[in-house]
Order: sequence, then C-alpha cells, then structure tokens
Amino acid sequence: MPDQLIFGMEVFLNGLMAGVLYALVALGFVLIYKASGIFNYAQGVMALFAALTLVGIMEGQVPFSHLINAIFGTEIHHFGWHVPALAAILLTMVVMVALAWAVNTFIFKHLVNQEPIILFMATIGLAYFLEGFGDMMWGSDIKTMDVGLPQGINEVIDETTAGWFGYGFFIDNLDIVATVIAAALVFTLIVFAQYTKQGRAMRAVADDHQAALSVGISLNFIWVMVWSLAGFVALVAGIMWGTKSGVQFSLSLIALKALPVLMLGGFTSIPGAIVGGLLIGVGEKLFEFAIGAPYLGGATEIWFAYVLALIFLVFRPQGLFGEKIIERV
Amino acid sequence: MLDQTEGYTTEDGRKIGGVVMEMKNITLRFGGVVAIQDISFDVREGEIRAIIGPNGAGKSSMLNVISGFYNPQEGEVWYKGEKRPQMKPYQVAQQGIARTFQNIALFEGMSVLDNVMTGRIRQMKSGLFSQSFWKGKAEREEVENRAFVERIIDFLEIQHIRKTPVGRLPYGLKKRVELARALAAEPSILLLDEPMAGMNVEEKEDMSRFVLDVNDEFGTTIVLIEHDMGVVMDLSDRVVVMDYGKKIGDGTPDEVRSNQAVIDAYLGVAHD
Repeated sequence: MPDQLIFGMEVFLNGLMAGVLYALVALGFVLIYKASGIFNYAQGVMALFAALTLVGIMEGQVPFSHLINAIFGTEIHHFGWHVPALAAILLTMVVMVALAWAVNTFIFKHLVNQEPIILFMATIGLAYFLEGFGDMMWGSDIKTMDVGLPQGINEVIDETTAGWFGYGFFIDNLDIVATVIAAALVFTLIVFAQYTKQGRAMRAVADDHQAALSVGISLNFIWVMVWSLAGFVALVAGIMWGTKSGVQFSLSLIALKALPVLMLGGFTSIPGAIVGGLLIGVGEKLFEFAIGAPYLGGATEIWFAYVLALIFLVFRPQGLFGEKIIERV
Repeated sequence: MLDQTEGYTTEDGRKIGGVVMEMKNITLRFGGVVAIQDISFDVREGEIRAIIGPNGAGKSSMLNVISGFYNPQEGEVWYKGEKRPQMKPYQVAQQGIARTFQNIALFEGMSVLDNVMTGRIRQMKSGLFSQSFWKGKAEREEVENRAFVERIIDFLEIQHIRKTPVGRLPYGLKKRVELARALAAEPSILLLDEPMAGMNVEEKEDMSRFVLDVNDEFGTTIVLIEHDMGVVMDLSDRVVVMDYGKKIGDGTPDEVRSNQAVIDAYLGVAHD
C-alpha cells in the first residue's frame, strides 16, 4: 500500500475523532433550537462554565474567593479537600440544572414570542455574562483537568497497524473514549425523545407551542428540561475539551466551530449534528493533508469548515437533514 | 326549571346531569375593546352546548377563557363545584378540559398515532426513572394508553392514516385527528372551536355525526362554537347566542330560534 494512502487513513481516523467533539457542541445547539427556536450562542461558554465548575469542585476551590477576599480582607482560596471525579461531575450537573432554571426564569420566560434576532441577542448577552461570571467564580487561570480518562497513544491500534502496514497509527485514547461517550449520549437522547413521556412532550413543544399547551404540557418545564439537557451535553463536551487542551477561556470559541457543523447538518436534526460534525472533522483534516499543507502553505483547518458551510448555504440552505424550507406564495 | 343538582331529559331521551361548569359575569377586555361583556351561562354534564353568533361576536374569546388561554378581567369560572383560580392553559388541560382550535394546532412533524398519544400525557403517571427501565408499571401504563388511543382511532375512522405524518394530511382529516387527540385525554369537557369551519357539505355531515357519536359513546360533555346556524341547531341541546360581546339568547334551539333579538342579530334589523 502506498504511504500516502496509509497516512491518509490515519488522518481520516483522527478527523473522525475531532469531528465527534464538534458534533457534541453542535448537539447542544440543536436541542435548544428545536425546542424553543433559540439559537444559543452561549453553548460554548456553557461548556467552559461546566468545565470550570467541575475543576473548581474537584480541587475544593472556594467559589468567588477573589470577591470574598477583597470585601472581607480574608485570604481563603481552597477548602482543603478534594472531591472524587464522579461526585464532582454530579455536583456540576446540579449547578448546570440550576443555571438552566435561572436562564429560563430570568431571561427567556420574559421573551416568549419575540423575534428570533432578539432571542439571539439575549444569548450573546448570556454568553458574555456567563464568561465573566465563571471568571469571577473560579478565577481566570488556565487549569488542567483530570477526571481519570485515559490519555496518550493507544498501544493496541499502534501495534496492530504497525503489523499490517509497517507503520503504527497514532490514535489518542482520549479520542476513543470521547467517541464512545458521544455515541452513548446520542443513543440515550434519541431513546429519551422517542419513548419517554418527557421526550414526547419535548417533541410536542418543539413542533407547536399552542397545541402542546392544549394537551397539558407546561412550556416552562420543558424549556428548563431542554436547557438542562444542553447543560449536560455542554458538561460532556467541556470534560473532553478540557482534558485534551486544558480548561481555558478560549474553550468558549469552540462554539464558533459548531456553526459550520450546524449549517451542514441542519439546525433541527440530532443525527444531522453528528454527521455534520464528523464531516467537518474529517473534511478539514483530509483537506489539510491532501491539498492544504502541500499546495496552499497549510493552516487551512482554520477556514475550511466555514468555506464548506458557505457552499452548503448556497446550494442547500436547510442542511443535509434539516426540515425543508417551503414557503407558500 | 333547571336545578343545580338535577338535570333534564332531552327530546331524544338522553339524561343530562348537573352543572359541571359555570361562567359567572365574565368580562374580557383587550385594551379599550370589550370582547366579552358580563356573560353568564352554565354547562351540564353530558350535554352538547353551543355558543353561536356572527363573526366577531366573541365566541372564540369565550372558548379561550374556558381553556385558560385568556384570563378575564372580571367574573368567575366555576368548575366541578369549585371556583377556579387563575390558571395557565396547560393546567386547565390537566384538569380535564380538552380543546381543538379553529385553525388546527397539531404536531405537524409527528405521525397521527404520536399526535393522539400526546393527548394521553395527563394519564401518564410514571416518572422518568421507571420509564427508563421500562418495566412493570410504566410498561403496563404504556400498553393501556396505547389501547385506549387505538380505540379512539378506530372510532373516528382514521386507522388507515395512523402512521402518516400529520403535515401531509388534507384539512378535513387534520380536523378529525385534532378531535382524536382531544378525545384521547378522556376530557370531562371537550371544547370544539368551529369544528365545521372550512369544510364541504360531506365533511360537515361526517363531523356532525362524530360529534354526536362521541357524546353518545363516551358521554362527553361538549361545548362547541359555530357560526353556521343550521349545523348547530341540529346538534346541540342548548345554545348561547352572542353578539358584539353580549349574550342575547340562551336556551334550546327552538327557544333561540324564536327569540327576536337573535333573529335581529342574524337577519339584521330595519333602521328607519
């Protein structure tokens, strides 16, 4: 087998793994967009906030310690205990549910029936508020996250491929775990939406508010539930990205990468978010490998996704799986 | 005379029970516009009660007050012998008041079966936990709800489209699916907002038959709005007539028909 093809396969696999993370963030967008028509710009910041909270809780950091110290002249930073990863994840989830409740109660409940652009602006506001709030609560230093996920090169794949091709593939264990978790998450979400009472209610609200009310579904309950689910997805994404590249404020920028993913997959489709994420992950890595690096001087990964999204916008604006846009004249 | 507890017997021999809902001096305003002005009437168990009136008389507003979509500025709603506090539409629905809409509000992306199943949400009691493990109680509940829904689907003769996404159905069938969803809730009062609107003669006849059959088979109390006099007079036991937000008549179809104010409202009065 020619070397180029073997390297290409490795790039392809790594692209898939990167795509899983894009898909995770995009999934959070789709959940909220479907159920409430809100394009949640703050999804990336929610992932950051979840990661910050998780690390903070695990390391026994005192929340708002700077503020407390500044007011009372104290010098407290840590409780002096460490919380095990699983307990910390559960506690973080409680915080994310509280956040979901607060976001609905203080912001979006009052913006029902507003123009989409107004809802969008509100989420931009939310994004900046949450970024500042996270900073104030947990500090702005870069933190490392270790919840016990395996990291480093996967030896089995390395040895097997070395046996086959004479060249060992480099696949990160973390990426494999991320893929498995993402797949499980998507499976659970689909089962939840299809077969539970709450899932059915969620689909109903996504479809028609008035009809949902008339069969006895509380819109506020569903919205809090959906924001909580998005918070959960953000937490999972935050853990993956945080473990991979440290918990830092640039994490919130991953939201921008989710935009082209959504344009490809469609804003309303859960499978679309997955396929879109994988396509972009694979596409940008393969493009860089085959065309970008040899002919264009590299660094095409930065813009490839957006150009692909532009092409989609021109030829198929509803995305691969989105609902068809039909307008009666 | 009508009594709070005792009912009456209709011409075709059906027994009508006591008062299940009473509207007392309802007034509803939108800014300076008075949509409903000081209207009172009652609804009795098992009867088909119609609210009629020309366009813009305030019929739909009245239905929206009953179903909690509008809150009246004045007046009280009494339901099952108790004064109802201000409620959200979903709370009213959970109390057993189901409704349909003049412009049809269905879940267009879901199948007919799924749409009708959403009507059962009130009957689904088991929590997320027992559902996720899909055992015992939750499973039995699902099977029971499914059976009831299938019965409704058979009853309204929509078996052949049960897997079809609602968005693809023609208007008349959509109306029937909406009725099925409302019925699936086993409502103690069923509110129908212009069930015959926009239908051809044949569809109107079908719908009239279904309304009568539903009342007969399930004993459902029905409150319906119509502006088509002919249809209403054949269907209903008692009729409230509204005009310009006021009640101008209330009684059996025959009484209403001979009411001078009603005749004036419908046929117009000569001004000299």
